[in-house]
Amino acid sequence: MASTSKPVYDSASYRVSAISELKELGKYRYLLGQLIRRDILTRYKRSVLGVAWTMLNPLGTMLILTFVFSNFFKSEVPHYPVYILSGLLVWNFFSQGSNAAISGLVWGGSLLKRIYIPSSVFGVSAIGTALVNLVLSLVPLVIVMLVDGAPFYSSMLFLPVSILLLTAFTLGFGLFISSLAVFFPDVAEMYQVLLTAWMYLTPIIYPESLISAKWMPFYKINPMYWMVKMFRLPIFEGRIPSWQEFLPAFAWAVGMLLVGWIYFTSKTEEYAYRV
Amino acid sequence: MSEVKEENIQVATPEPIIQLENVSVSYRLPSERIGTFKEYAIRKLQRKIKINKFWALTDISLQVNRGEVFGLIGNNGAGKSTMLKVISKVLKPTKGRVVVYGKIAPLLELGAGFHPELSGRENVFLNGALLGYSRSEMEAVFDEIVEFSELEQFINSPVRTYSSGMFARLGFAVATAHMPEILILDEILSVGDEAFQRKCNLRMKNFQQAGATVLMVSHALDMLEGMCNRIAWIDHGKTQKIGEPHEVIAAYRGENL
Repeated sequence: MASTSKPVYDSASYRVSAISELKELGKYRYLLGQLIRRDILTRYKRSVLGVAWTMLNPLGTMLILTFVFSNFFKSEVPHYPVYILSGLLVWNFFSQGSNAAISGLVWGGSLLKRIYIPSSVFGVSAIGTALVNLVLSLVPLVIVMLVDGAPFYSSMLFLPVSILLLTAFTLGFGLFISSLAVFFPDVAEMYQVLLTAWMYLTPIIYPESLISAKWMPFYKINPMYWMVKMFRLPIFEGRIPSWQEFLPAFAWAVGMLLVGWIYFTSKTEEYAYRV
Repeated sequence: MSEVKEENIQVATPEPIIQLENVSVSYRLPSERIGTFKEYAIRKLQRKIKINKFWALTDISLQVNRGEVFGLIGNNGAGKSTMLKVISKVLKPTKGRVVVYGKIAPLLELGAGFHPELSGRENVFLNGALLGYSRSEMEAVFDEIVEFSELEQFINSPVRTYSSGMFARLGFAVATAHMPEILILDEILSVGDEAFQRKCNLRMKNFQQAGATVLMVSHALDMLEGMCNRIAWIDHGKTQKIGEPHEVIAAYRGENL
């Protein structure tokens, strides 16, 4: 009676771990690509300008913010539109990516209840989509720099490293918060409020020089402060981050990714019961 | 109606492909939904979180053999779908053990995972990816999928323009494009018009002849009787009867009339 062949699935020895989920994700990489493709294609499918909105959207926000705030900060910041846009791109990536990770897992939940799919695929594809959008939105940044006559520095070659750090941090955070949102549905709503507060606590629309020395230590706890710096320094100040600036960003990125991934996978077996 | 004889089934010694050993599954049903951390923390401190356990399956043991068409019947809420989920790795059993000796192709509720704005073609690849196939695997069967679903003229239109029948045909064609070792059908064959149903049934028969194992849940008892080698009747999470289709169905009908 006993079958000699090795079982394909044995619930007694099946356990989702941080490593096994990574392998499963590797097997489902085609799905990953398909989900990113779907999100990018369908987001603006019925609008006339289509994917161009990915670039027009931050451009519009930047114009409004420049118009509103340029009188306050113009004297402090020479190329204010470039300053704002370079910070805004980072923030948009983070807020859109982490929000998409939440809604992706909730949407994917209806599928996770029916068929087996590695659950991390939804969060990872959400960040993948945000990454494509970030790269696309570098185009309007270049245009604004040209129009504003801002200098192009060779330090901008550092940006791929910055993007990598930001992606790792956002992925870790997105997985963590989406996992929480499965167990506490209110988290998704609370997070929107938190994001607004968080944005104003990060020097995105105002210059860092405005922060008084007294508050500076608190700013330095904020991981997004360091992430924004990784972009601002090479784009705006024309220099590569020093070790003292790089290491906090690197530690946050790697730490958050590990914590997020391990936390998310430790809860994976429960998602099909909960979402 | 059913001419399936014992000898036909057991020509060779049955080789188990799915084994359930004392499987139980419980869902947690919190007495009230706890939505916020604050509430959760307060109640945790007060030890007021009441979780009612609901046992969807209790102590189920059964074996499905390679090459069998195995049916599951039972009233709504009896635990049939939960059983399919336990077998297809979606839910881990709370107690007991599930062992599967073959690759499973679960059939998504037809069209689940389709995106309305994407074309039929794009959805074929997306749906195939959800079912775990790769690009090349999907490309190899794409033409066949279009032909089977009879959507040649519409394959490049967004699926929001499809009728529900077209939707179902495409979903079925994608899910059964590759012959799996184990095919799981959850109340699937009752959709579409009669001609399409015949086509689906034919495909199922071909799979079976080629050695695939089929596990199906349905309320269409006559169809099950005609297709299955064995049937299990599940009631309130327990197996009532396993065996010859006409016997199990007769017992089930007797109980429910």
